[in-house]
Amino acid sequence: MDTPILEMKDITKEFPGVKALSNVSFRVKKGEIHCLVGENGAGKSTLMKVLSGVYPYGSYTGDILFDGEPQKFFNIRDSERAGIAIIYQELALVPEMTVYENIFLGNEIKGRFVIDWNETIKRAGDALKKVRLNVNPETKVKDLGVGKQQLVEIAKALSKDVKLLILDEPTAALNEDDSENLLNLLRELRGHGVTCILISHKLKEVIEIADSVTVLRDGQTICTLDAAQGEVTENRLIKNMVGREINNIYPPKEKREVGESLLEVRNWNAYSPALGRVILRDVNFNVRKGEIVGIAGLMGSGRTELALSIFGNPVGYQIRGDIYIKGKKKSFHHPQDAISAGVAYVTEDRKGNGLVLIQDVKQNITLANLREIAKRSVVNDNMEVKVANEYKTSLNIKTPTVEQKVMNLSGGNQQKVSVAKWLFVKPDVLILDEPTRGIDVGAKFEIYTIMRRLVSQGMGIIMISSELPEVLGMSDRIYIVSSGRITGELPIEEATQEKIMQMATN
Amino acid sequence: MSFFTDLQKTLRQNIREYGMFIALFLIMAIFTATTDGVFISPRNISNLLNQTGYIAVLAVGMTLVIVIRHIDLSVGFLAGFLGAIAAIALTSWGLPVYIVIPMVLVMGVLAGCITAFPVAQLGIPSFVASLAGWLIYRGAILLVTLKTGTIIIPDEAFNAIGNGYISDIPGLDSFLPELHKLTLLLGLIAIVFYIISEINSRRNKIAYNFEVLSSGVFALKLIFMSALIGLITWVLAGYNGLSWTVVIVLIVVGVYHFVTTQTVLGRHIYAMGGNPEAAQLSGINVKKLIYVVFGSMGMLSALSGILFASRLQSATTTAGTLFELDAIAAAYVGGVSAAGGVGKVTGSIIGALVMLSLTSGMNLMGIDISLQYIVRGAVLVMAVVFDVATRTSGK
Repeated sequence: MDTPILEMKDITKEFPGVKALSNVSFRVKKGEIHCLVGENGAGKSTLMKVLSGVYPYGSYTGDILFDGEPQKFFNIRDSERAGIAIIYQELALVPEMTVYENIFLGNEIKGRFVIDWNETIKRAGDALKKVRLNVNPETKVKDLGVGKQQLVEIAKALSKDVKLLILDEPTAALNEDDSENLLNLLRELRGHGVTCILISHKLKEVIEIADSVTVLRDGQTICTLDAAQGEVTENRLIKNMVGREINNIYPPKEKREVGESLLEVRNWNAYSPALGRVILRDVNFNVRKGEIVGIAGLMGSGRTELALSIFGNPVGYQIRGDIYIKGKKKSFHHPQDAISAGVAYVTEDRKGNGLVLIQDVKQNITLANLREIAKRSVVNDNMEVKVANEYKTSLNIKTPTVEQKVMNLSGGNQQKVSVAKWLFVKPDVLILDEPTRGIDVGAKFEIYTIMRRLVSQGMGIIMISSELPEVLGMSDRIYIVSSGRITGELPIEEATQEKIMQMATN
Repeated sequence: MSFFTDLQKTLRQNIREYGMFIALFLIMAIFTATTDGVFISPRNISNLLNQTGYIAVLAVGMTLVIVIRHIDLSVGFLAGFLGAIAAIALTSWGLPVYIVIPMVLVMGVLAGCITAFPVAQLGIPSFVASLAGWLIYRGAILLVTLKTGTIIIPDEAFNAIGNGYISDIPGLDSFLPELHKLTLLLGLIAIVFYIISEINSRRNKIAYNFEVLSSGVFALKLIFMSALIGLITWVLAGYNGLSWTVVIVLIVVGVYHFVTTQTVLGRHIYAMGGNPEAAQLSGINVKKLIYVVFGSMGMLSALSGILFASRLQSATTTAGTLFELDAIAAAYVGGVSAAGGVGKVTGSIIGALVMLSLTSGMNLMGIDISLQYIVRGAVLVMAVVFDVATRTSGK
């Protein structure tokens, strides 16, 4: 029982400018359910990508021993052949194909010349029985709920004779019943000798199911706890997850008066027709003049959806609820409406939907407010360059000229361009979604300084962040979001990482 | 010394922009050599420009369609169909030409908006929506010409659009009798206007402390462009002068160039092409832009149909066949990127000229049509490869 099936020793993985993992050691015993926990960005996913060969052998340093043998995985195929299967958060199923086609996709059962569909269907039925999923194998995957799709993924893994099953936040998108089912299934698989690594943010479920838990933080292994010894408790987990001290990386707060309410959202509900589920439920919050309101929550808790639904709802949610701007009721049908009302939104994914990468710095900065530099709808190019240069100086955007294409800038400077773009619309309320994701410490400090300056000029800032130290270091008030609800509101004086984590994993 | 390093730097930085001009120049030089100068003769150049007209206006519209990551396959037969409508309106309905032309242009806008509707409202791929249009308009041409077959257009004013030339200044017959004086005058005005506006813009930039071309390179650019305009006017003046087709194309290019480079609308179109989601989140009404761009494409299709019918002095049952592919090819040769957000109206015009020069030159050389297609295909591929190569390296 105590023999390790997997040992990862001294794994170090670097990305340009960032050390994602440093000397991580990770040991999983045969036949156990081993949970891997840590904050966003702690390195969990990176570690699993090293293990499964997504980051090929040679792109990291350190050793992997699987079943006692040293392994060199160059791609996912190699790790699958060794008996490791990984199931990602975003399911890797083809929605338009049937269940049986999906289960044997890439692993087709061949007759002499062609696929033996009868055998495929029969074996798919067996695999489904193993995961106790009672559906017709000929159903299309898109007609199944997320919970059942998850089970199909597991059936797919099992059909490949898997020894080690890795699940990356499998219950994030599931409701309670489906989650419970899944956990039961994992227990059952453990009974059949399948080892399982479970990445999860939900500490309750970790405590419920884990035989042992490894905590990662900032790319390092903090500890491995053993459930049999009674070491896996919520307090201990949280303490180890957040245990870092807040250094002096935040500019000091000034004393200032908080003014009128700039933006208030009441009884806000959103349903996503695309996902087929409710994503926000009875959300109430407000931001006032001169304050930074932090919105904390784990990935997938509904923070970004909240911002988008307020900001003119470009994704087409069905919404119930009211927005008040400076006490007046408003409704936004398009981002343009929100912008005119004085709301700006710096998106989480600056490359995906924030910036036009193939255009230059000045064009990006002026995009949301071209009329400001246009006379009778004709753009004044020289004025544009002047405006862009002003922001280049005031936000310290490091670029040779404002004619540089944005794709050539570093992440931190791209983020500053994003911020500049939204400052140019002269908003009252600035929503920043993960304002410091993927940028280095120096640039972070600059972004924080800009935020402080803006609130002291009377703006209200909503900062969405999954980095707790940042939330604590910058906010005046914190809302915690979990599963589409606001599960708590804390004034900064009362907020601690432990409290927030508790509410966020609720 | 510093002049040449400046020049080198400027050329290297703008190789994408100047590449098309250089290619066009090379093609023209090669054909001039292989045809003993017939290619560059005033008569041939004049003809060439008139033939480019109806493809050029389509290429201008297609540029914007491709910039916003869409495609419109229906434009060829739409042009043919609207050309036939114009012919019918002039002959059977007896409407005067000054009513027929605006009417047909408006019909073009409507047709474009109809194509845009399923694309904007339902998210149907424009390839499919416009392929349906392709079929429908093809059927529509056959339908309206069913009884008559080819419709001969007797209206002289209408036919002048595709065949006529602007008239000369009266009373100057003795002065430079071989040349078209008004054309020369217009060319001269164009040169003066160009030089003044360039100098103004340079002075403006200096006032804002912006980087400008060094004075040597700037002077060279002015001389080169002035010489080019001068040469073209000289050649045209040697034949019948400026044709109405060229005038129309110049107006269309001027307006579209201005809108795309100088106005808020143009900026929004390019931003949408570069990143539709970011554009939407920046408060740009993306749906509206789809209507605008397809509507303009429809209007230019109508114009193309008018130019073509007028040139042939008739509406035929096959008018417009393959126009859409010529327009798309011209746009790609002119540097439009299929990934969206990149491409200039002026580039597409050069692209259209390149493609038509190939046809014209090879015709003069008596090269078989089968080989002509192969050469044009090869040029299309080379242009796009050049485009991709210069985009990924550097800048």
